[in-house]
Amino acid sequence: MSIQEIQEEIIEEFAMFEDWMQRYEYMIDLGKTLPLIAAEFKTDDNIIKGCQSKVWVHAELKDSQLEFTADSDAIITKGIIAILIRVFSNQHPKDILASDTSFIDQIGLKEHLSPTRANGLVSMIKQIKMYAIAFQTQLS
Amino acid sequence: MFDVNNIRKDFPILERTVNGQPLVYFDNAATSQTPNQVIDVIADYYRNYNSNIHRGVHTLSQEATDAYEGARKTVQNHFNAAHPHEIIMTSGTTHSINIIASGYTQILREGDELILSAMEHHSNIVPWQMLCERTGAVLKVIPMNQTGVLEMDVYKTLLSEKTKLVFVNHVSNALGTVNPIDEIIKEAHAIGAKVLLDGAQAAPHIKADVQALDVDFYVTSAHKLCGPTGVGMLYGKESLLNMLPPYQGGGEMIAEVRFEKTTYADLPHKFEAGTPNIAGGIAFGAALDYMNGIGFDTIAAYEHELLDYATEQLKAIEGVRIYGEAPQKTAVVSFNVNEIHPYDIGSILDKLGIAVRTGHHCAQPIMDFYKIPGTVRASFSFYNTKEEIDMMIKALKRAIQMLE
Repeated sequence: MSIQEIQEEIIEEFAMFEDWMQRYEYMIDLGKTLPLIAAEFKTDDNIIKGCQSKVWVHAELKDSQLEFTADSDAIITKGIIAILIRVFSNQHPKDILASDTSFIDQIGLKEHLSPTRANGLVSMIKQIKMYAIAFQTQLS
Repeated sequence: MFDVNNIRKDFPILERTVNGQPLVYFDNAATSQTPNQVIDVIADYYRNYNSNIHRGVHTLSQEATDAYEGARKTVQNHFNAAHPHEIIMTSGTTHSINIIASGYTQILREGDELILSAMEHHSNIVPWQMLCERTGAVLKVIPMNQTGVLEMDVYKTLLSEKTKLVFVNHVSNALGTVNPIDEIIKEAHAIGAKVLLDGAQAAPHIKADVQALDVDFYVTSAHKLCGPTGVGMLYGKESLLNMLPPYQGGGEMIAEVRFEKTTYADLPHKFEAGTPNIAGGIAFGAALDYMNGIGFDTIAAYEHELLDYATEQLKAIEGVRIYGEAPQKTAVVSFNVNEIHPYDIGSILDKLGIAVRTGHHCAQPIMDFYKIPGTVRASFSFYNTKEEIDMMIKALKRAIQMLE
């Protein structure tokens, strides 16, 4: 599926929820499905700055596609990364770079997009795009 | 007679909702809310006599100058300073500390020692580290024990003829501990060291008497005690403030300016370069008047009731661990629940209308000491109620249920 299609799928899933509690509970569940980063990459160097909780993200290139793994010490944060990874994992770097993230707003997580909110969603997206830039250079 | 329901009418913000829930504001240690009596003073300034102070001969300027200098007197009286010019109006606690840390650059020599505590806010650590880098002076740390109390025996062993300055917070922002400042000052003075107290967290709860304490410098911010942000004060003993060089150059702080040489103004203007936060300064005075109108003893007694109630309620929840259980505390309770990240709890509480602080509270050394990423901190003010604490407890139970 394309990034766009996955985003639409997520928007549809979140549209079923009636209130924030259900959305958060779903996110907490999603966090449990997060493809976990291997211990060797869970280093201080891989911590994303700007998060109140610790977030590690790692990327590897497989058949011209990026595969992300991650972890966090906070459960809600883990759910947010799980959503991002579902959208961006197994995609070509150039598609990742061309994508936008307005779906976050549409699934009712707008408050997490504020750059002043110390959960680092913005930093996570930035880091994912940084990986895409790095591997894109490698591919071309 | 103290009636919290009447008090709450003074704070319009307490009527608003957050995420569809009535606001429960328990982040008072970060900033306190502002009563109408202070908001009105700010509006009145801009509506009726906004003008620059200390220089105009016209009526507005004189009215503004009178109000601003009146506020300085209010601050002086509140902290019982000997002279109004011992009160320097600043942009806040951080600014105040930086004035002193900068001023000591010329005074310190390599190998001089400075003492601080293990429970300082970053703003009472970093300016001194920068001072040490400039001068070659060395920082020594008074350790604390598991309950969040300073180890005074170790403090005494740290003091020596090399010690030039001791700077500790009167009250810890992350733990609520009220430090034994009388003893800290007495011991420091016995070996000739000067003492700066960071009163940012103490000032909303405890009325400090700088002369009775014999403290050399006392600093605080207006926004912690019902005043506006961007204004605070530095109290210093006259002789010490005269000894220190100016912090910033500019207008207002000069006596005479020639291209060959400029002479500086007398206290307090020497440290007040540029146009100050005039409305903020006047409102600082109004905030102190407001709080003194209620009375600091009354405030402290009521807040203690809230603290005891919240502590008891929190302890009744399985898995709650409270950080900072000093016998002398202000109304701050820092806690975690089992292994749940404080950020997760804070996010759910916010959804339920409860404003708490989560994270390291700008006191990373404390979090390293307890080996935790941070805490959830609920801090209470005299306008909070037991009913609000019940709401927080209920919300917390719901958060735990979701997160575990």
